[in-house]
Amino acid sequence: MTVTDERSTAAGPEVGRSRLRKEDQRLITGRTRWTDNIVLPGMLHAAMVRSPFAHANIRSIETEVAEQAPGVITVVTGADVKDTQGAVATAWPITTDQKTPDHLPIAIERVACAGEIVAVVVARTAAEARDAAELVDVDYEELPAILDGREAAEDAVLAHPSLGTNTSAVWRLDSAESGTGGNVEEEIAKARTDGIVIEREYRQQRLIPSFMEPRSTVVDPTGEQVTVWTSTQVPHLLRFLIAATTGMSESKIRVIAPDVGGGFGGKLQTTAEEFATLAAARRVGKPVKYTETRSESLVSGHHGRDQYQRLTLAASKDGTVTALKVDLIANLGAYVGLVGGGTPVLGAWMFNGIYKFKAYQFNLRTVLTNTTWVDAYRGAGRPEATFAIERIMDELAAELGADPLEIRERNWITHEEFPFASVAGMTYDSGNYEAATARAKELFDYDGLRREQQERRDRKDPVQLGIGVSTFTEMCGLAPSRVLGSLNYGAGGWEHASIRMLPTGKVEVITGTSPHGQGHETAWSQIAADRLGVPFEDIEVLHGDTQIAPRGLDTYGSRSLVVGGEAVVRAADKVVEKAKLVAAHLLEANAEDLDFSGGRFTVKGTDQGIGITEVAAAQFTSHNLAEGMESGIDADATFDPVTFSFPHGTHLCAMEVDTETGGTRMRRYVAVDDIGQVVNPLIVQGQVHGGLVQGIAQALWEEAVFDEQGTLVTGSFVDYTLPTAADTISFLTDNTTSPSTTNTLGTKGVGEAGCIASTPAVVNAIVDALRPLGIDDVRMPCTPERVWTAIQSAGASAGGEVSGGAQPHFDEDAPNQDGPEPGAAEAGQKGADQ
Amino acid sequence: MIPVQFDYAAPTTLQEALGVLAEAGEDAKVIAGGQSLLPILRMRLNAPEKVVDLGRIEELRGITDEGSHLVIGAMTTYADVLASSAVRDHAALLVEAVKTVADPQIRHRGTVGGALVHADPAGDVGAPALALGAEFVITGPGGERTVPADEFFRDLFETAVGEGELLTRIRVPKHTGWGAHYEKFVRVAHQWSIVAVGATVRVDGGSIAEARVGLTNMGSTPLRATAVEQALVGRPATEEAVREACAAAAEGTDPPSDLNGSADYRRHLATVLTRRAVLAAAGA
Repeated sequence: MTVTDERSTAAGPEVGRSRLRKEDQRLITGRTRWTDNIVLPGMLHAAMVRSPFAHANIRSIETEVAEQAPGVITVVTGADVKDTQGAVATAWPITTDQKTPDHLPIAIERVACAGEIVAVVVARTAAEARDAAELVDVDYEELPAILDGREAAEDAVLAHPSLGTNTSAVWRLDSAESGTGGNVEEEIAKARTDGIVIEREYRQQRLIPSFMEPRSTVVDPTGEQVTVWTSTQVPHLLRFLIAATTGMSESKIRVIAPDVGGGFGGKLQTTAEEFATLAAARRVGKPVKYTETRSESLVSGHHGRDQYQRLTLAASKDGTVTALKVDLIANLGAYVGLVGGGTPVLGAWMFNGIYKFKAYQFNLRTVLTNTTWVDAYRGAGRPEATFAIERIMDELAAELGADPLEIRERNWITHEEFPFASVAGMTYDSGNYEAATARAKELFDYDGLRREQQERRDRKDPVQLGIGVSTFTEMCGLAPSRVLGSLNYGAGGWEHASIRMLPTGKVEVITGTSPHGQGHETAWSQIAADRLGVPFEDIEVLHGDTQIAPRGLDTYGSRSLVVGGEAVVRAADKVVEKAKLVAAHLLEANAEDLDFSGGRFTVKGTDQGIGITEVAAAQFTSHNLAEGMESGIDADATFDPVTFSFPHGTHLCAMEVDTETGGTRMRRYVAVDDIGQVVNPLIVQGQVHGGLVQGIAQALWEEAVFDEQGTLVTGSFVDYTLPTAADTISFLTDNTTSPSTTNTLGTKGVGEAGCIASTPAVVNAIVDALRPLGIDDVRMPCTPERVWTAIQSAGASAGGEVSGGAQPHFDEDAPNQDGPEPGAAEAGQKGADQ
Repeated sequence: MIPVQFDYAAPTTLQEALGVLAEAGEDAKVIAGGQSLLPILRMRLNAPEKVVDLGRIEELRGITDEGSHLVIGAMTTYADVLASSAVRDHAALLVEAVKTVADPQIRHRGTVGGALVHADPAGDVGAPALALGAEFVITGPGGERTVPADEFFRDLFETAVGEGELLTRIRVPKHTGWGAHYEKFVRVAHQWSIVAVGATVRVDGGSIAEARVGLTNMGSTPLRATAVEQALVGRPATEEAVREACAAAAEGTDPPSDLNGSADYRRHLATVLTRRAVLAAAGA
């Protein structure tokens, strides 16, 4: 498969074509409306005064000195705006008795994590605001802080003393209770006597979403409506929640997400900063801008993951899994975020993965601590689940001495069995795990690498080779509104689109999704171009402004294409239906005698016809419409999915482990994803590549670390080690195609797939390399020191020590590069074809 | 983030710069390439009243051949070093180390002198300069003085350069024909060294005739592994012989413990990396 930019001169449908993204020139050059680029007349600047303590009472806040500083207009404390500042809300109380501490944008009496805002300085310049923020004198009474999720569950120290417990909620899914499978305890008991029981504890470390564009908000309170420009994934949810928590009339609020530089779930939030800026702007009656620093972003933007996972897997002696029991503790941090406790719940339906287990149970405890709050991060609940099941399936294979792919095949759903009702109660729409796995093995040269692994083991090479497998699925397309309703979620899951046929032949597609780097403008144009038969270039996609796109539920959870894209399809089809009536009148034919193809209505059996853009012009003038016909062929559509769609894939990873230093090096990575029909292969490549790196980064590099006082040690990119292109290899990627049955185009989501699948593939590979030493786990991120320590503590006793021969190590000039075998779909080369 | 406000001076001659520094006294901070100072200012970890920018002083930049020595101007960038055939021919270890510094943007802004005076023990030019026996020419109100490498690095972020003085040149004795390798251990490419070892050796008839080894981030200053250097002399450039000589690489070091590794782990790394660096430098 070679990817080229076949421009519109090429014949054939737009969908499936590797279009270069029409939005990229402005996004990449920065000559666009990032929030921080917005400058309004008379605009003031805000700086936040933040708590350095993880848990403290606020005794007093002295603002006089700061207020006298040059350029300062005012200093706003929580007490100043206590009736108007609103609240940072949670949309998903996962149980009716969930403990949800009040989350004020500007804390008044107490702070529950470091980085909480205690005052806002408003000044004429950003520099003056920052200078004055250091002059605000806050008297804190430090309180004991609880940081670790597992310790928090013991309630010895309370994150919020008035709640009386750190447990926010306990949530459970049990296949016997729900009638979707057998009894977990019975199956485990059976396996203890005549089968295999594997028990493991895994740790999902805390991560920081680290979007490229720091968060920024500009609030203009001077018009009839208050206008909020903000770097968010969720302008519609923000508008709703501003109204719901401040008492402002919803019709007086306009929220605009201009171009947004990344989110990864980190901007799936209504933030304290947004509300604090709004409160400050309303108080001074002038436009106010706040843009966070990277250090502020790392400590105060919500974090991701942070779970302790206990797994019990029961299997018969032939490796057929009979039951899986999951006990999770999820650290929510100081507050329950917008999705909050729902994020780990999203994993509940995914721990069973692609497998046919007889019995399944998922037990979740969400706990509050005095750390930065935790919420959705790329994959949200599903990477955690996928990691756990794919790690423990490898452990089962090791226990049986079997190949990890064979063990998976013994347990996975075969392609004839779709649609498949899972033990967790989900209906998987389509898939073909056999095909994806076969293609991945071929691209990877699985047998060849296994041979090399054996050779390295035999000669006790100091650089050992490990092969990691991840056969994942995920649920995407959030979400059927009825399902959300049954889960107590505070909103629906539909999506909306409008199409306006302009008299000059141009088309506006308005979407309720809110892109922040995904390429919706390109993909939606491709979809609409095919449905309407108008050129790709003539379509403008509008989004992210509650005044332009009043209906929408924004972008997260791999929902935009499968839900929002389907709304575009349906709106376009309605336009065609309306236009057909106009065309019939103009052609003096019956509507049922018209064909529509390539943007043209033709009368069957004749050469008479009219283009849809001509129809658009005719309805604009309305000089010649049928008697009684309403002018206009524009149309709206709202799509509410009936069920989720389930992309899947097989990822194979080879890692070299330097047993002398503990250093690891990726040797080869193959990702064969089945995401249904592909609208734009180039965008898919980008999503997969980015997702892979983010997932690999969890396995190898990233971890948010607090010290004992609750101060974020990884408070800058010096210590929070994000990878760059120099740290990654050229991935081998390909697709198999099982069209989704949940939408017209047969698409599935791809935004999170790479991130969900790759983490266990990498860790499995490292563990596989070390398994002869008696090692069955390395905690993430698998730092060289952790790998080396594991070897030190386990290696000697297993008698598997390796010799110190001078084998090739990491060659520095071409880090992590390994040429693909001839004929492989080589991703890096694809990019070079552009 | 926005630094605290400061005055800014950009002198165009060395004399002018020394005058500005003398006038400003201890409240002044010198900026060279700015790759360390700017982040420090932006995070408000330091708030000097005056920043003196050496970027317009042409006489501080460039590489010249003075027979037995190469003379590198303090404001010479990493990229300049990488582009210099003289440095490659006569002080290859410096090139090997500079290649590993951060990323291309930083290598085009950052300067050798700036990094040496900043004296971050995790920085990559200190240990090679030490191993190569560089001399540091320091200019102050009273004129020039030359400090040998083993007296230049005093402590964490502290060198022999005093208040009102500037490092102006680094004189590197030529090591023509010596093999060199800088073995840097990092988790991600743009990171500071967790540990790194610079080795340069002269091989004569299959044996190591002379060796110089410098350690990065194994103490509060760059360190020289003199015991290893001595043990290497006369040994064949083979895995076994070098391994034995390098076993003591971490002796007398005092490495930090942090998120990237404990002191013990760093000591272990130092011995492994020293062996690898020496073998690579010897072409083995």
